[in-house]
Amino acid sequence: MSPVSRYTAPAVVLHWLVALLIFVGFPLGVYMVDLPLSPDKLKLYSYHKWIGISVLLLVGIRLAWRLTHTPPPLPAGIAAWQRRASAIVHGLLYVLMVAIPLSGWLMSSAKGFQTVWFGVLPLPDLVDKNRELGELLAGVHKALNFTLLALVVMHVGAALQHHFIERQPFLQRMGLGRKERT
Amino acid sequence: MTRKLTLLTLMAALAAPAAYAVEYRTVLPQQSRIGFEFRQMGVPVKGGFKRFATEMAFDPAKPEAARARIEIDLASIDAGSSEADDESAGKLWFDRAAYPKAVFVASQVRALGANRYEMRGTLTLKGRSREMTVPVTYTPGKGAATFDGAFVLRRLDFGIGEGMWADVATVANEVRVNFRIAATGN
Repeated sequence: MSPVSRYTAPAVVLHWLVALLIFVGFPLGVYMVDLPLSPDKLKLYSYHKWIGISVLLLVGIRLAWRLTHTPPPLPAGIAAWQRRASAIVHGLLYVLMVAIPLSGWLMSSAKGFQTVWFGVLPLPDLVDKNRELGELLAGVHKALNFTLLALVVMHVGAALQHHFIERQPFLQRMGLGRKERT
Repeated sequence: MTRKLTLLTLMAALAAPAAYAVEYRTVLPQQSRIGFEFRQMGVPVKGGFKRFATEMAFDPAKPEAARARIEIDLASIDAGSSEADDESAGKLWFDRAAYPKAVFVASQVRALGANRYEMRGTLTLKGRSREMTVPVTYTPGKGAATFDGAFVLRRLDFGIGEGMWADVATVANEVRVNFRIAATGN
């Protein structure tokens, strides 16, 4: 039995926390936009924004951690093109995890609604109220999100493929399962 | 030089009593505005009304004789977003089909000193009337004088936002109304 190389505990916790927030925030966003105006809609919009700003904050911490801690090396059997693809997808995921909440925050400002994190902490409006800009940013926010969806499908698909089909201890890298290889 | 000074003094002497005796009664809609601010989910939202008619008469020398009547066209609302503008017309909010206007009629004006006044009056909204006390600051100006004021009303006193909207945790009960009315004595 040899130990499996794993991400550090803070990296693992941050990964799954952000994943959970994205898996709640994304469908919430898709669901809420077409609702007729109601108090529930206002609540869901607020929750969505709180989730997004939480992701932005956590990803900031993640990036700082990632830049100061070397991730575990990939198993030896991984093809060179897969290593390159993995680096590109991970890079893009980080870009989107920053760009998506940021575009939402800007959109909210442009539509004239300040973002108040958890109803307590008001964030500055980075742009003035501007209807055209608000609609443009709504389009950008949506496009970035569906790009994220495609990348997450690739990310999850690759991890599952390496783990279950190639039988590499992939999910353990992110803290799932036993620490030792059997 | 002396003649010029004499002339200026004479002109000032003639102009001064006229300036004090002015009664402001012509409202300048372009320089007047009515706005409001409320909180929804803790987020401040600003809005206003683009069309309103103001009839007034105010003589700083006789504030107790002042009159004011403001009629707001509720269809001219900016409630922060077009979605909210549409929603506000409905039965749960202003019920605009039945009550298209909001009316404020001043009944008493009291001088507080330093160009500040207390205006009491009745606000009628959605068929309900409530007494309001509104502080107003009068600022004399070259072309026109301005009257600025702000007060807080509770929307539920007027049945604004009933049913599912009565939950004040989502949309606050307090609405801060602010206005500036510009008027000349011409």
